[in-house]
Amino acid sequence: MPARPDAGRLVTPAMIGLWLVLASVPLWIGKVGLYPYIGVEILIWSIYALAFNLVLGTAGLPSFGHGAYFGVGAYAFGLAQFHLAYNLWICLGVALMTAGLAGLIVGLFISHRRGIYFAFLTIAFGQIFWTIAIKAYGITGGEDGLLRIARPPADLGIVAFDLRDNVALYYFVLALFVVVVVALWRLVHSPYGRVLSAIRQSETRAAHLGYPVWLYKLSVFVLSSALSGLAGGLFAMAQLSAFPDVMSLNQSGLIVMMTLIGGGLVSFWGPVVGVVVFLAARDLIGAVTNAWMLYFGLLFMALVLFRPEGIAGMVKSVLERRALRAQGGAALRLLFRSG
Amino acid sequence: MALIEAEGVHVRFGDRVVLEQIDLSVPEGELHGIMGPNGAGKTTFFNVLTGRVRPSRGRVRLDGEDVARLSPHAIAKKGVARSFQIMTLFDEFTARENVMVALPSFRARGFDARRAVANDATFAREADEVLASVGLIEKRAVTAKQLPYGERRALEIAVALAQRPRVLCLDEPTSGLGSDGTQRLAELIGRLKGNVTIVAVEHDMSFLFSLSDRISVIQWGQVVARGTPRELQENEWVKRSNLGRFA
Repeated sequence: MPARPDAGRLVTPAMIGLWLVLASVPLWIGKVGLYPYIGVEILIWSIYALAFNLVLGTAGLPSFGHGAYFGVGAYAFGLAQFHLAYNLWICLGVALMTAGLAGLIVGLFISHRRGIYFAFLTIAFGQIFWTIAIKAYGITGGEDGLLRIARPPADLGIVAFDLRDNVALYYFVLALFVVVVVALWRLVHSPYGRVLSAIRQSETRAAHLGYPVWLYKLSVFVLSSALSGLAGGLFAMAQLSAFPDVMSLNQSGLIVMMTLIGGGLVSFWGPVVGVVVFLAARDLIGAVTNAWMLYFGLLFMALVLFRPEGIAGMVKSVLERRALRAQGGAALRLLFRSG
Repeated sequence: MALIEAEGVHVRFGDRVVLEQIDLSVPEGELHGIMGPNGAGKTTFFNVLTGRVRPSRGRVRLDGEDVARLSPHAIAKKGVARSFQIMTLFDEFTARENVMVALPSFRARGFDARRAVANDATFAREADEVLASVGLIEKRAVTAKQLPYGERRALEIAVALAQRPRVLCLDEPTSGLGSDGTQRLAELIGRLKGNVTIVAVEHDMSFLFSLSDRISVIQWGQVVARGTPRELQENEWVKRSNLGRFA
């Protein structure tokens, strides 16, 4: 996609609007029959989906084992809390850096590959991490996972916030979501982001323009893994536990589904839209039938077949058509007036 | 001294020898044409010059430095730009963005994630200068995929020029162009001649003979004839082959 008119801004009106809506969620979510914890989940998965879309949507790298880095972050958060320090910032930092390190190790093996080979290697490495999580019982708790992970207070030096309450945790995660959105928005519209987008369109051309393609692929993979780890750490904090299930192929597939349904390939906000639709479907359709995933799967198939640009892409094309119609109308009015 | 020099370049894909022995020397500022029948190995030789294919043996020197085993991005950084026979543009980018990412100043800031591209007018100004030089300034805001074929060809050359190359490798630049497009391209390359060293593979013989300082004929993976266009027109091998019909 060509650069947007608001690409130069650090904070856009759309961001402010979204943040205001999100800030108001705890005030009305109970009144519509939902609960504050789903808001926490939406924000955590949105951070994860935005991080994942950096790899898939921006750089065009088909990573299908990304759950591994989310899971590494979750375990690292718990283990840091048990063995290093009961400090929120240290635990989140360890989650971020451990997942980034895992991404670096995997990235070194896969950054010279492309297409199907890249995709299969990400799945294979994802399965390795998942197997380690299950088998390294002494460290990870095996299939039982890490239990009794606590929510350390957010200590800002002069004031500390207790995050044991879901609403407090919601606002803490919202603050991190704001930071991640601003940072990623700037990144995708920076020279680095444009080079990643160029690599998605043609690795060959980018290489012949003098860009070390493998290094860009490696760097974005590490960055995306680290942010996924941050989301994983928040997830462990929210769930008060870490399980190997989040690293499974099935869970890795979910983030792909969310990102594609939302329209991550054509829109910055697509992954967030996908997360909201997925979690809302889980809770709303899931309240009616246990087979909610069947209906969501059908929706996914329909979108891939008929509107591969996803929900955000559909909205975008409707808005573009409307703008074109308005332009046409203005031109006709001008014609009749001058006639 | 030659700016770009190939010496005994041999390329083998499995059992198949594609280039037997290519020796070529292009002085700075020359426009060197390469012609030959389909399958002669012209594009493979281009791929060797630009790092896409590593020769099984032989050397490629750029300004005296052996670059035969460098990667495409390392060779591009040393000032070798290329166009492709099958056009390879960033289709979702506008013409301006295509040129912008090719600028050395942009490449130098490739890992910069802190500043927005839109806030730096220098990139846009530099890109527009290049677009103006190939007659595409009016199309700067049009995405590459929406441009007609001839303009896409011109954009390919603009992208290569934006790299401020010392050597410009053009792989069949008139491919798919009508007579008007070919004429415009010939005028553009004529303007570039002398300012940049150009190596051009081309099937359009009249185009190649009218623009080249010297031409090499590749057949069976080796250079079978070489000389100025006038010398080649008198060459017995060229006369006997179909290649001489259009020269």
